[in-house]
Amino acid sequence: MTSTETLSPLRRTALHATHHAHKARMVDFGGWDMPVQYRGLIDEHMAVRTGVGVFDVSHMGDIQLRGPSSLAAVQKLLMNDASKLAVGQAHYSAMLYPNGTFVDDVVLHKLGDNDYLIVINAGTREKDVAWVRSVIGNMTGVHVNDFSDYYTQLAIQGPKAEATLQKLTGVDLRPIKNYWFTWGTVCGCHNVLIARTGYTGEDGFEIYIPSDEPTSARVWGEVLAAGEEFGIMPCGLGARNTLRLEAAMALYGHEISDTINVLETHLTRYCKLDKGTDFVGREALLKIQADGGPARKLVALEMVERGIGRDGYPVTTVGGEKIGEVTSGSPSPFLKKNIALAYVPLAYTDVGTEVGVEVRGQVVKAVVVTMPFYRRPKIGAAPITAPLS
Amino acid sequence: MSYPEKYKYAKSHEWLAVEGETGTVGITDYAQDSLGDIVFVELPKVGQEIEAGSTFGSVESVKAVSDLYSPATGTVTEINESLNDAPETINTAANETWLIKLTLCSRLPSMRSLWRKRLGTKTFCKPTLATMKPSRRWATRGCG
Repeated sequence: MTSTETLSPLRRTALHATHHAHKARMVDFGGWDMPVQYRGLIDEHMAVRTGVGVFDVSHMGDIQLRGPSSLAAVQKLLMNDASKLAVGQAHYSAMLYPNGTFVDDVVLHKLGDNDYLIVINAGTREKDVAWVRSVIGNMTGVHVNDFSDYYTQLAIQGPKAEATLQKLTGVDLRPIKNYWFTWGTVCGCHNVLIARTGYTGEDGFEIYIPSDEPTSARVWGEVLAAGEEFGIMPCGLGARNTLRLEAAMALYGHEISDTINVLETHLTRYCKLDKGTDFVGREALLKIQADGGPARKLVALEMVERGIGRDGYPVTTVGGEKIGEVTSGSPSPFLKKNIALAYVPLAYTDVGTEVGVEVRGQVVKAVVVTMPFYRRPKIGAAPITAPLS
Repeated sequence: MSYPEKYKYAKSHEWLAVEGETGTVGITDYAQDSLGDIVFVELPKVGQEIEAGSTFGSVESVKAVSDLYSPATGTVTEINESLNDAPETINTAANETWLIKLTLCSRLPSMRSLWRKRLGTKTFCKPTLATMKPSRRWATRGCG
């Protein structure tokens, strides 16, 4: 017997041809051929901070849990307290391994009383679906569906996101609060999930439309046309990364992973150890807490001297002794500073602490600053708070 | 993307202009385009001796770090200090924006292996988000 091995081709979203038509620069992201930038990362970043930008985030996965035991299943699977969610509300949460480290971070939507939608990351999709099925095991009264391929997910982000999307739907968007959602007709598509969520630290919406190519391309085009008066730009994963970093939102494989436990992160307020039901990872976290807590924490760093601390660069004492590692680091297009997130021992976590970042053999001075680096200005009376801060 | 005939080109996407004993070095239009928005340039000190094929500094965009490889051996006589404040000039005019000037060493002709007259884009690694090794040439970080 012989076996043939073929390289699996990169996966494509329904908007792949559209991205090429826009002359986007494409990259392999977690096995997906995705746009990293269109016209320029900085312009795209600034469009989202000051106007509006649109992202194709169809590579994200969508798992639905339905049935009379779905709440119990979600409570066992995720660290946040899903019993606090109302229908039409979403929150940030995470799936943990029994040792308290991360399978993935997710946004959980309560679609109905026995109906939940978990939005997961692209690079971890298959692993996540398998994990959900294994944790739920033979629990009765819950049905798991992987709907990832059925949706084209567009993120319309920026202070002009509401005005842009409002032109394409009869649904009044104003009453939708941050991390709430509704359904409605968008660009002629019925029952589109419209969520006031995002991964940019800016106000904005994520819409879930049918994933057939003609519909996806048409809606994408209509969003761009609607946002034209606000200077809308199609935005790639490059700007998505710098935007989320300014807002100190976690990225799997960087700030969170299967070697980092929740108590070390800045996400502890989304972890409800006392929610009344057990969840995977809880026991290990309680034990870490009882044993004196984590030895390291995630901090926000700003480079003081010339140099850019990037992912994986060592963090040192001012004297050059290695104490940690940068998880994400980049020039910040909006703040025009060089910023980084890093894990360091507790003794170095106070705001104002001076540390070093080893940039290609040279120790460059940095300082611990308040997290997040960027928080969007509050608009009027809208009850908007940064989702991760 | 243009490659003026007056320059010689290194495989690593630097250009070299030779005038008498003076060599002027910049990066190609293709290199700046591949990097994207350039935000930081690190250059050697005046007086430093650099060897053909060795790194003499780096160029950083928002997403990527790229080492600069010298297309010639010589002594640095001048660095373009305006790039400290306006590194983005390289994006707008890569062919006209020089990085360093060198007094060339006479070994120059033997370094033929470094030259390429025309640059095929095939020899150039595309940045991929999967390769998360920041110090590697043109490597970029994961995102999204």
